[in-house]
Amino acid sequence: MFDNLSDRLNKVFKDLRGHGKLSDKNIQDALREVRMALLEADVNFKVVKDFVATIAEKAVGQQVHSSLSPGQQVIKLVQEELISLLGESTKYLELQGKSPAVLMMVGLQGSGKTTSSAKLAVLLKKQGRRPYLVPADVYRPAAIEQLQILGESIGVPVHPSQTEQDPVTICKNAVIVAQNSDYDTLLIDTAGRLHVDEELMGELGNIKSAVQPAEILFVADAMTGQDAVTVADKFNQDLNISGVILTKMEGDARGGAALSIARVAGRPIKFIGTGEGLDALEVFHPDRMASRILGMGDVLTLIEKAEEVVDKKKADKLAQKLKKSTFTLEDFLDQIQQIKKMGSLEQIMGMIPGLNRMKQLKDVPKPDEKELGKVEAIIRSMTAQERRKYQIIDASRRQRIAKGSGTQVQDVNKVIKSYSEMLKMMKKMQGKAGPGTVFKGKTKRKRPKGLSRR
Amino acid sequence: MLGWFKKKPKKNVQEDSAGRSELAREDIEDDKSESAAQAEDVLISEEENKSVASIAVREHAPETARSKPSEKNGGLFSRLKEQLAKTRNSIVSRVDALFLGKKVIDPELLDELEEILITADLGVGTTHELVESVRAKVDRKELSDPQVLKRILKEKIAGFLHSSDQKAELVMPAKGPFVIMVVGVNGVGKTTTIAKLANKFLKAGQNVILVAADTFRAAAVQQLQIWGERIGVHVVAQKTGADPSSVVFDAFDYAENKNVDVIIVDTAGRLHTKVNLMEELKKIKRVMAKKIPDAPHEVLLVIDATTGQNAVSQARLFSEAVDITGLALTKLDGTAKGGIVVNICRELTIPIRFIGIGEQMDDLRDFNADEFAEALFAEGES
Ligand SMILES: Nc1nc2c(ncn2[C@@H]2O[C@H](COP(=O)(O)OP(=O)(O)O)[C@@H](O)[C@H]2O)c(=O)[nH]1
Ligand SMILES: [Mg+2]
Repeated sequence: MFDNLSDRLNKVFKDLRGHGKLSDKNIQDALREVRMALLEADVNFKVVKDFVATIAEKAVGQQVHSSLSPGQQVIKLVQEELISLLGESTKYLELQGKSPAVLMMVGLQGSGKTTSSAKLAVLLKKQGRRPYLVPADVYRPAAIEQLQILGESIGVPVHPSQTEQDPVTICKNAVIVAQNSDYDTLLIDTAGRLHVDEELMGELGNIKSAVQPAEILFVADAMTGQDAVTVADKFNQDLNISGVILTKMEGDARGGAALSIARVAGRPIKFIGTGEGLDALEVFHPDRMASRILGMGDVLTLIEKAEEVVDKKKADKLAQKLKKSTFTLEDFLDQIQQIKKMGSLEQIMGMIPGLNRMKQLKDVPKPDEKELGKVEAIIRSMTAQERRKYQIIDASRRQRIAKGSGTQVQDVNKVIKSYSEMLKMMKKMQGKAGPGTVFKGKTKRKRPKGLSRR
Repeated sequence: MLGWFKKKPKKNVQEDSAGRSELAREDIEDDKSESAAQAEDVLISEEENKSVASIAVREHAPETARSKPSEKNGGLFSRLKEQLAKTRNSIVSRVDALFLGKKVIDPELLDELEEILITADLGVGTTHELVESVRAKVDRKELSDPQVLKRILKEKIAGFLHSSDQKAELVMPAKGPFVIMVVGVNGVGKTTTIAKLANKFLKAGQNVILVAADTFRAAAVQQLQIWGERIGVHVVAQKTGADPSSVVFDAFDYAENKNVDVIIVDTAGRLHTKVNLMEELKKIKRVMAKKIPDAPHEVLLVIDATTGQNAVSQARLFSEAVDITGLALTKLDGTAKGGIVVNICRELTIPIRFIGIGEQMDDLRDFNADEFAEALFAEGES
């Protein structure tokens, strides 16, 4: 249904080949396509209007480039303009200044503030900071417990907020606790609220003046539609936000809200959330977002990920082993780790232009993190000999392995079964298998079924 | 004063098998005055809760309604009134303002119409179709009165919505509990909507239980349990991390000889693109049918009104997985119009059952296509 913009523009310019100027007529046609693409991606109507006007100004009279087709030329213009609106370069948190530094998470209900708080805590901890999580949502049932549980799971202390307390008081107290306990970064998770709720917007203002945050991060759902401008504008007007986190980016939303928000608030998007796991937080890359909004796939990210993961030498060696059928459980483990690094298949699919809508690909079972972790633990609990020769793993060994890896014997059975099935399949595929196939991942298809998710 | 909270459990126990005919839909239809009265009750009871610590039913629910008591009788009451005004009878209509001085339909007016529709998240496709259809009429001189134009558009939009309408009663079983499975992406308002729904059923004299099958998100089980305590309905739950299907199984077991009329199942939020999670949802659904034939009778997809074009993809993939039978559109108390549901109705013909207009348990309304279409043209606050 949605052709990507470059295809569409190429259609517009199909008669114009490499010479002359872009004419008014074909620019108008091209701009109509640009406009459609942006609106379909949920960029706000007014933002699109301004955007298209800017492009029109820049395009008129431009010489048609010899190396670029006119379509590509317009794309380039559009992309450059998008990137400049989205903030040119990656922006990080600014936590210098007084200690403890306070980060405040704000946004609509259900946008992902609590999860993002925990993710940021993980990140900050990794950077050597001492974060302190402060639940300040006294309204939504079990919101405080949610953060407490998350904090516990990542080993970050959580302020003992109570629902009867006033959020402003909670935050003030938390600062004192942090000072006394040597925490250097406070992450305040505020309740979700509507921008039109003056009373609750006022509460945020009060928290802000009480704790003077270094960062106020507006958390927005990547699937947000036209209303993103209204909401972001109000939050920014009231609080002067310092940055944006765009959540649920692993889905198939084009994410035009990013542009709307960046435009209306004039603040950088600092992070994107890409999953429910607490390590699924990435820095924001304007160029990638631009491609995504235009429906052209996040090719750069894909390339980067692939580069990161594919260790060429290892891949070649693996291919050798496949040929000689000496693929051991050790290698199996290796592959699992690579898959884990690479991220989920659907994440990767989403980055490839055109691929993300292919139905049959969606039906392929996906590896899930928890599952892979389990498999990893199981293989790690095996002796070197067992890993090389799985046939020797008898009942008592299985029991020992289950114990060692904190799993059940059934889990061990499943791993061994899927490994042996994989061996069989590899034998069948021999000859076909080059290094490339390694990452298409038979392990994925053959992963043990029926265990828990994620 | 506390009647709003107190009467339910009692009433419910005694009248648990009240005739199903007067269930849900009619009864759920609150009129404004009733809601306003309830709102007042909430406000008052809330204040009491602040001062008197030991009000029976609410003991376990310290965090109650969200507004803190404010100086005036404002707070929740005025907010609710505001919400109702906004979603039901939009006083200032953008279109009216637009059409006021206009005697003829000119291109400028059509452009503004386009803006209104797109800004309401109706999408480029549907918007163009609508605008072009009236433009053609204008060109053929069949249409010149701006007022008529407005009426035509509203009727067209309401028509799309009506055409996927389906009587809610049709999905209900002749006997045995009415099982509702609630699904959707993360944070759209599933759990809250379930609480609101349970409250409505309860008020209609139905015996309701809730099932905490979101065993994934931290504290999701507790969230539902707190709601259960507030409303006074039983919540079947296991620990976080448990197999959601097994929680459902437990719940159906529990319901077996207890004269339960309605079972509402909460599920973990999941992105529609996550194939393994959609598989899990299918499994939960299969388990239900094993225990109660034809269950779930209703699979309710919750859509956040703030969502843009992606909502269609959500509806499509959730439908493919678990056959959605109804929609609930939440967060209409904000400034988002939720126009994307028009496209969902057109493409998938799924009826919209409810709208959510706030965070309290009575902030749920029956969906009304005509009012919704009217509200699309209402001036948003900004
Ligand atoms: N303003 C408003 N907020 C809502 C509405 N429905 C749900 N919410 C809020 O949205 C947030 C997420 O809701 P929740 O029910 O936990 O979503 P779930 O993750 O889908 O179960 C909570 O803060 C709710 O209070 C609504 O109709 N209006
Ligand atoms: Mg929930």
